[in-house]
Amino acid sequence: MSEEHSHDHEHSHLDETAIRVRALETLLTEKGYVEPGALDVFIDTYENQVGPRNGAQVVARSWVDMDYKKRLAEDASAAIAEFGFTGRQGEHMVAVFNTPDTHNMVVCTLCSCYPWPVLGLPPAWYKSAPYRSRVVVDPKGVLKEFNVDLPESVEIKVWDSTAEIRYLVVPEQPEGTENFTEEQLVELVNRNSMIGTGLASPATDVEGAGS
Amino acid sequence: MNGAQDLGGMQAFGPVVEEHDEPLFHHPWERRVFALTLAMGASGAWNLDESRSSRESLPPHFYLSAGYYRIWFAAMQALMLEKELISEDELKAGHSLRPAKQLPRLAKAALIPAALAAGSPVTRRATAPAKFVLGQQVRVFRNTPSAHTRVPRYIRGCVGVIDRVHGCHVFADSHARGDGEDPHWLYNVRFEASELWGESAQKSSVHVDCWEPYLEPV
Repeated sequence: MSEEHSHDHEHSHLDETAIRVRALETLLTEKGYVEPGALDVFIDTYENQVGPRNGAQVVARSWVDMDYKKRLAEDASAAIAEFGFTGRQGEHMVAVFNTPDTHNMVVCTLCSCYPWPVLGLPPAWYKSAPYRSRVVVDPKGVLKEFNVDLPESVEIKVWDSTAEIRYLVVPEQPEGTENFTEEQLVELVNRNSMIGTGLASPATDVEGAGS
Repeated sequence: MNGAQDLGGMQAFGPVVEEHDEPLFHHPWERRVFALTLAMGASGAWNLDESRSSRESLPPHFYLSAGYYRIWFAAMQALMLEKELISEDELKAGHSLRPAKQLPRLAKAALIPAALAAGSPVTRRATAPAKFVLGQQVRVFRNTPSAHTRVPRYIRGCVGVIDRVHGCHVFADSHARGDGEDPHWLYNVRFEASELWGESAQKSSVHVDCWEPYLEPV
């Protein structure tokens, strides 16, 4: 099969899905099972309002406020709710803290469980077969693909989200950021560092900080 | 169920690939499938565990090649047909041909933000004391349930240590079967990589949430 042919085939496949999805939406609306305006609210919430910026605020606070860090360790759902980040797919949160000896990574090998209120919807790779299959058996190999190279001595803990507990990784605070403000620190907490496939960004990533 | 969803430990899928722009949805119809799935879930037509069960009941060749939102779409249609909320001829026509069934609720736009913020907590009052304590060794039962379960294959028969006691939670296996919430104690169990994968395993551990019926004392 030529590449062009396969490309066309893929397109017609998707067009057909688009038509079938529209037909189902019409059918469900006519039945009165869904309210059309409601669909837009679901989409807007997760496409525009909830995202990893929420989690970054939680992590940054835990770096500057030791009382908050303690609350986050003891009851993450309540500590995260202090920011107003609550609800669907984040009802039962647990925070796991990276240390010089331990690196945490989160996966859902059975589907795509992910802490929506703090990270939003998961990226495609998190839901993909390569990540879900390998991170439990070859975490270091997966980390390498994300350009993370940890010392041999670091133990990796992989959290497989098989129930309704959702895990948030709290990365280590980058070196040289001790005098940063909480707002500056938020900028260093990238999404992957809260899944465990990355580290917090280096101090140099904050504009105007350090020298 | 030993379906295609149970991916932990499988090989030959290739490297993990990050996208540059990371769109949440790759086609406009994926947004609609996402929203329709959430709206139908919010209507109480089925619960989240039935939804997962429906996705993993899809034929493995389809599950592994269809793409994420086509899996959601296929599973949602299957559930609606199974519960007789719609019929094949209506799907084909793209229109309603007979009266609707009564659903527990309608997800109304104005109420959604509050409903999402509240979520659906699954912790329940314990009716019996927890069987296992922190630090205790436990073994995962080795069996092959033909219906929905949250025991991944790679921990079956393996020994781990109770790392956390999460409380009493709605039991996914019963909930997916339509047998009610049947709450049980939920534990986080730590498995050493060598126990799961053999002596050549990396210096790592895997932590898996397991309901009490999955476990026996060692």
